[in-house]
Amino acid sequence: MHDVMFITGTRKGIGRFLVDHYLERGYRVHGCSRGEMEDPPDGYTHHVADVTDGAAMHRALTGTARSEGSLDILVNNAGIASMNHALLTPASTVREVFSTNVFGLVQTSIDAAKIMTQHKWGRIVNFATVATPLRLEGESAYAASKAAVVSYTEILARELATFGITVNAVGPTPVATDLIRGVPAEKLSALLSRQAIPRLGEPADVANVIDFFIADASAFVTGQTVYLGGVV
Amino acid sequence: MRDRVQVLVREAVNDLNDELEYDGLRDPTEETVIFDGSAGVDSLSLVSLIVSLEAACEAEFGVEVSLADERAMSRHRSPFRTVGSLIELILERLEANA
Ligand SMILES: NC(=O)c1ccc[n+]([C@@H]2O[C@H](COP(=O)([O-])OP(=O)(O)OC[C@H]3O[C@@H](n4cnc5c(N)ncnc54)[C@H](OP(=O)(O)O)[C@@H]3O)[C@@H](O)[C@H]2O)c1
Repeated sequence: MHDVMFITGTRKGIGRFLVDHYLERGYRVHGCSRGEMEDPPDGYTHHVADVTDGAAMHRALTGTARSEGSLDILVNNAGIASMNHALLTPASTVREVFSTNVFGLVQTSIDAAKIMTQHKWGRIVNFATVATPLRLEGESAYAASKAAVVSYTEILARELATFGITVNAVGPTPVATDLIRGVPAEKLSALLSRQAIPRLGEPADVANVIDFFIADASAFVTGQTVYLGGVV
Repeated sequence: MRDRVQVLVREAVNDLNDELEYDGLRDPTEETVIFDGSAGVDSLSLVSLIVSLEAACEAEFGVEVSLADERAMSRHRSPFRTVGSLIELILERLEANA
């Protein structure tokens, strides 16, 4: 049974939803975020760890594998956005976005994959965004960081295939979380109108794609990015 | 310290031999070539060996040791070329983390 899952960025938003979703389905769920989680559900183990802190993540991941006996599934959900005109975005913001969304994800994936290679089985699911294929103005740093995630997903999938590890990405449309709270309503509806199905996404829409990627039967599915809402 | 590292490397190399049903590295000495492009194991087996050695070092010495190295795939300068150079790399990294 491959049921040990680690989810990054679980304190709130989509990550918080995923914790309950996978506990309900019988997974042994560990997760992390920079802050403590309020009211962690029974059966869930929270690690306070920033994905940009390699040593803290190593402790969290090896700690999970040690206490549960393995680490089967990694969901790289932690991510931050910046919505601003490129010429008005400070270099420090660009660096911060890439540190979390790209460098943190890369280091976490490597650390988890090293544990998974020992069991010759693993699933890594990354988070992309429709902002990349839609080339959204005002999200240059964020969309570029997620483009890097897609590219990394595709190549890591090839390098880890021989170890029985698949690597895929889900690309949500806007979902009502704090991440998009600052986006003005008219910008949001203009964005939604560019989707084949012009509505906000629900966390359950995202979970459905992850369910597919991590299934035992999905062993032949790797290197894919699935965008929601009909965005291609 | 060197003795303990030597044992870890020898065990990991022997495990790899068993797994690959490969005899080229049986009973390795310090001069045994692990990886140099044409001789030794392929790059994927090298990855497996390094990953299991990292885990073994962490279990043995209680510190996280990364053996990742820019020179890994270099023909002449790879620290993974021979059993001896691999032992030196591990000792170096353990010292840096001490
Ligand atoms: N919501 C959307 O519209 C949308 C659309 C497309 C893609 N996505 C992607 O979906 C993922 C989740 O987004 P969300 O909407 O749920 O965002 P959110 O509501 O802002 O939540 C982000 C989560 O990540 C954690 N986090 C942030 N930085 C972290 C770090 N450095 N280390 C560890 N944890 C960190 C946060 O907790 P702490 O503050 O405690 O660290 C929080 O739990 C992201 O990758 C995002 O890019 C979202």
